[in-house]
Amino acid sequence: MASDNTKDKSKSPWNDPYADPYISIENITKKFGDFTAVDNVSLKIYKNELFCLLGGSGCGKSTLLRMLAGFENPTSGRILLDGQDMAGIYPYDRPVNMMFQSYALFPHMTIEKNVAFGLHQDGMHKGEIRKRVADMLELVKLEDFAKRKPHQLSGGQRQRVALARSLIKQPKLLLLDEPLGALDKKLRENTQFELMNLQEELGITFVVVTHDQEEAMTLSSRIGIMDSGKIVQVGTPNEIYEYPGTRYVADFIGSINLFDGNVVEDEADHVRIQSEDTDATLYIDHGVAVTEGSRVGVAVRPEKMKLTRNRPDQADNVAEGIIDEVAYMGNLSVYRVRLKSGKIVKATLPNLDRDTEQFDWDEQVYVSWKPKSGLVLLS
Amino acid sequence: MRAGYLPLGKRLTSVLEPFANSVVGRFVVSIFGALGITGRTGVISIPFFWLGIFFLIPFAFVLKISLSESILAIPPYSDLIEWGEEGLISLHLNFGNFLFLLEDDLYWFSYVNSAKIALISTFFCLLIGYPMAYGIARASPANRNILLMLIILPFWTSFLLRVYAWIGLLKNNGLFNNILMGLGIIDEPIVMMQTDFAVYLGIIYSYLPFMILPLYANLEKLDGTLLEAASDLGCKPIKAFFVVTLPLSIPGIVAGSMLVFIPAVGEFVIPALLGGPDTLMIGRVLWDEFFNNRDWPLASAVAIAMLLFLVVPIMFFQYFQNKQSEAS
Amino acid sequence: MFNKRFNFILTMMAFGYAFLYIPIVSLIVFSFNKSKLVTVWGGFSTKWYGELFRNEQIIEAALLSLRIAVVSACFAVAFGMLAGFVLARMKRFRGRMLFSGMTTAPLVMPEVITGLSLLLFFIALQDLVGWPGGRGITTITIAHITFSMAYVAVVVQSRLSDMDPSLEEAAMDLGARPVTVFFAVTLPIVAPALVSGWLLAFTLSIDDLVIASFVSGPGSSTLPMVIFSKVKLGVSPDVNALATIIIAIVATGVVLAMVAMKKQESRHKRDIQIAAVAN
Repeated sequence: MASDNTKDKSKSPWNDPYADPYISIENITKKFGDFTAVDNVSLKIYKNELFCLLGGSGCGKSTLLRMLAGFENPTSGRILLDGQDMAGIYPYDRPVNMMFQSYALFPHMTIEKNVAFGLHQDGMHKGEIRKRVADMLELVKLEDFAKRKPHQLSGGQRQRVALARSLIKQPKLLLLDEPLGALDKKLRENTQFELMNLQEELGITFVVVTHDQEEAMTLSSRIGIMDSGKIVQVGTPNEIYEYPGTRYVADFIGSINLFDGNVVEDEADHVRIQSEDTDATLYIDHGVAVTEGSRVGVAVRPEKMKLTRNRPDQADNVAEGIIDEVAYMGNLSVYRVRLKSGKIVKATLPNLDRDTEQFDWDEQVYVSWKPKSGLVLLS
Repeated sequence: MRAGYLPLGKRLTSVLEPFANSVVGRFVVSIFGALGITGRTGVISIPFFWLGIFFLIPFAFVLKISLSESILAIPPYSDLIEWGEEGLISLHLNFGNFLFLLEDDLYWFSYVNSAKIALISTFFCLLIGYPMAYGIARASPANRNILLMLIILPFWTSFLLRVYAWIGLLKNNGLFNNILMGLGIIDEPIVMMQTDFAVYLGIIYSYLPFMILPLYANLEKLDGTLLEAASDLGCKPIKAFFVVTLPLSIPGIVAGSMLVFIPAVGEFVIPALLGGPDTLMIGRVLWDEFFNNRDWPLASAVAIAMLLFLVVPIMFFQYFQNKQSEAS
Repeated sequence: MFNKRFNFILTMMAFGYAFLYIPIVSLIVFSFNKSKLVTVWGGFSTKWYGELFRNEQIIEAALLSLRIAVVSACFAVAFGMLAGFVLARMKRFRGRMLFSGMTTAPLVMPEVITGLSLLLFFIALQDLVGWPGGRGITTITIAHITFSMAYVAVVVQSRLSDMDPSLEEAAMDLGARPVTVFFAVTLPIVAPALVSGWLLAFTLSIDDLVIASFVSGPGSSTLPMVIFSKVKLGVSPDVNALATIIIAIVATGVVLAMVAMKKQESRHKRDIQIAAVAN
């Protein structure tokens, strides 16, 4: 996929064919009996990245994470970390630490002991451990809770303990399994930014597993979307959102209006599609190399849709319908519009001013969008 | 519910009145009264009354009779309280039984020996039971059920008969000696029956399931991600066992040890069948005082002393059970 | 390294199970021994079984024990269920400490103490109210109810603690009164615990020697009392035969229960598969 909108191409190692990947996952497959949890996955992750593995439950993202940590051995393929093959290296010998979804804090140890655990295993000098633990607790703002036990802390505090414990050994790679899953919405948003700041500050490479697309969009440098054990698409949040490669990705990230139709005109700089859902043809300003007449989908994000009472002055990308449902969300309004064909499309309009015009139930409207707003999906 | 309970309560109170002088009795009566306030009392009061009357109050009688004198009569003890003429009450307390326990080495030795035997047996139960419980907890679910069933199964068969089985194995012409002699390892049978060794064996054998089951229940609940976290932070499996699994299984160890230790102290059947005449255990001494010597007051004093001896571990067990049930 | 640890565990388990089962197996094997010397093999014979069934004292004691066990198990389940319910569901009432103490203490209380205290209590009660009218089947049954209800209470309590309390709240929310909630929701869910509790109480009762010896009167010897007086004099092959019969009954019951459980499990699994396919 073309990435002409990536802000600074030269700074992104994934666009540099000569850059060395920090973690190199090569043709990894993991089978549990007959079930293939991870299916021939290859992935390159670069130093200082915050890489998100995103997917629904059972897509194989957690299994992939556990193979990076060393809890599962791949059925085939290999994992290289900083050039070193990880095969046969036990979890306790890997320069990789993990923050568990359940946090897995040792209930019989104080916060201090929990955080110090990893350093104790390395046989570090007691004084040094105390100093490092104190620094780390200060970093996660828990210095007052050092002597408490995990069950005496709130969910957000426990999350920070788990983070501190996994960071203290300064691993080459930090794995985070649904790091914010157990927190409520408000706390989650704050913690997201804290996590990003920490990552920048410490310069540790993060791999995060999550099912929450919003979390993935906010946190990551790049996202890898997984489905049924395979990586379906890898890209920056912007690429994934604006240029989803498949219907699955388009549908999984954000919401989407999808029109099915046949290609009637396919040139280098545009494509025209006839859809049963709209009277007007669909015109997109990029070419797709397919034979005319082939069946494709056209995806348009709801916020790229315009609503007007009068027919807009354009021949393509317009459809007539009536307002079926209105949801006022405060910052924006969501409209469901029933087109003449019966298809329902969704349009979101920002409420820029207090008196931004609102549409009413059963009002007749026109839905329209620009040629560069649509995206042709071949699969 | 409440209406049905009150007359019952009254009737019981009248039965209880004669013993209301004793602290335990007054305590129970006051609790019955206090309980009449809420509506769910019906549910609480039935088991409460039953256990109060048939478990708690009987101890008051043991205490009472331990303070009386042994006489040749039916029942063979003197009355503590005599109702004199014109309502005069005279109280005859006799601490002689307790003094006798202190004076005679036999009793003191029996208590110490019982504690020693129970303690060592508990230790061996833990030593054998812990790896077994660990193994069962780590087995696949299908195997786990079978392994667990095999632990419980002996418990369903007669305890007495299982102890009896050891006689056949340990006798001079028993199975073990026959095998050892048949193999030419020994020429003379080793005397195993009627020794302390046989008593240890019998107690460990009989109480092993009581150690394994609470340990299993604890180890099975252990969160596997804690071990993964330990491993992730650089801790090798054997060390992870000692710093994570073992400390977290302490409640199971305590519960199992108490379930073995406390009844083992007062064990009667095993020393009676497998032990020799010099295997002194306090349960057996109590039995002999009661059935052979018919000295009920002394037997009661032995029981009270045993109870005092066991109060600390019983309270400890209680405390742990409560803490566990609150945590879950 | 993983393997070494695993081997240690396997060895310990093999040893432990052997330790638990060697005496039982030897009991069974020697019950078919022709020789009266229990441990010297004199050829296969079932004559001790015949002798056992001709022993009227044992048969009579066994019937008495059965009667006591059935009655006391039923009462123990009823009272123990209430006690377990109180422990699991009523967290705050005056005397809760005493209550939970009285339900857990019988689990560990040495039998000699329980037996002695009950006997002294029964004698005093006889003096005061003229009941229970001599010692025998009634007093043994009461004693057995008392200590086995504690076991039932623990079983029921743990089952109830596993149960989601919002089930009961949901029933109440839908208009069921507490009594209905108990019979319509709680009871069916604790039913398996009640079955195992009943079996446990039955076993404890039929197995008890010490407490029964204290509280029984002349002419009411239970099976363990008869066996005890017999084996005190040494091994006797008809006791082996009796043990074998008991073990056979128990083992058959356990195997049947496991088969039933397996069947139910596989049916459950099949139902899930059908449901999954249907979706």
